[in-house]
Amino acid sequence: MKIICNGQEREVAPATTITGLIRELGLNPETVVAEHNGRVLAREEHEFILLDEGAVLELIRFVGGG
Amino acid sequence: MLKINELPFLFTPGVRVGDFSRTLKPGADLFIVNGAPVGVDWPLADGDSCWLLTRGEIPAAHEMERLLNARHSPGVQARLKAAVVGIMGLGGLGSAVAVALARIGVGRLLLVDCDVVEPTNLNRQQYFLDQIGLPKTEALQANLARINPYVQVETWQERLTGERIAQLFAGVDVLAECFDDPVTKAVALRTALTCLQGVGFVCASGMAGCGDNNAIVTRRLYPGVFLVGDDESEAKPGQGLMAPRVGIAAHHQANQVVRLLLYGKDA
Repeated sequence: MKIICNGQEREVAPATTITGLIRELGLNPETVVAEHNGRVLAREEHEFILLDEGAVLELIRFVGGG
Repeated sequence: MLKINELPFLFTPGVRVGDFSRTLKPGADLFIVNGAPVGVDWPLADGDSCWLLTRGEIPAAHEMERLLNARHSPGVQARLKAAVVGIMGLGGLGSAVAVALARIGVGRLLLVDCDVVEPTNLNRQQYFLDQIGLPKTEALQANLARINPYVQVETWQERLTGERIAQLFAGVDVLAECFDDPVTKAVALRTALTCLQGVGFVCASGMAGCGDNNAIVTRRLYPGVFLVGDDESEAKPGQGLMAPRVGIAAHHQANQVVRLLLYGKDA
C-alpha cells in the first residue's frame, strides 16, 4: 500500500497506524507533529488512525536543544 | 544641519557644544561628537551628530522612544511598541530572543520558564555569574530592565502544558517556542496549530554543536508558522549547545518574530 509522506511516496503495510509509521522511521512519536490528509492530529490520534491507500502525511519532528 | 541628541538643529558657524548643552541639557557632563568624546568648548561643524549626556542618567520613556524611532523609523517603532510577544523557555534560544526584542523596543513580552540559572547555562544563555540560583524568569526580567526599562515584561515560573499554552498565549501577536525538550516542542507546535489560530508562531529544532552556519534556516510550515534550525543537530554528548550556533538560531527566531509583527503571516 502506498502513501505520501513528506511529499515522497512510501510503501507501508496495511493496518499501519501513524505511530507505527513514525517508529518505522526510527523516530520517537512524542517528538513528532503529524498532519494527516490536511488535518493536524492530537497526539492520542496517532495511536488509532490507520493509514489508507493514498493517505497524505506530513511529519514534523523535533530534536532536543534550545 | 546638526543633530543634537537625535533632534535636528540649524547649523550656525562658530557654534560650540556648550551653546547647546547650556539650554538643552544643563546638567550634561559627557559630550560625544560623531562617536568621540569631546570637551564642552568643542566647535561643531555642519553635519555633526552630537550627544549631550549626564553620566549614570537613564533616559526618560519619551527619550528612549525617540532613540528607537531614530534608528527604526517611526512607523516601524509604533508597530513594535504595540506588539505583544510570548516566549516559552528562557534558555539559549529564549533568553537571546528576549534580549533582541527588548533592545528594539517590542512593547510587551510574556516570558515563561520553570528553571533556575545553573552554572552550565552560562556558556550560551543571557545571564550572569551572580544570578546562579535565581529563577530564569526573575533574572531575565532584571537583565531586560537594564537594557530597556520601558518594555513591559510579565513572567510565569512554571512548566507549560498544551492546555496552559493555549490559555496563556491566546492574545499574543507572536509566540516563540524556545524549549529544550523535543517532546515539549512538539506539544507546543500541535497546540499552536490546533488552538492558537491567528497567533504567529516561530519554533526551533536543530542548533547544537558547531556545524555549518548556513545549515540553519527558517522554514515556513504554514501561514504564520515557521521552524528555525537545521532539523537534525540535537543536543547530546559530544555535541553540546554553544552560544554561537544557538545564537544564530535564536536570532533567526527573533527576526522572524519581527517580520511577522511588521509584515503579517506571509512574512
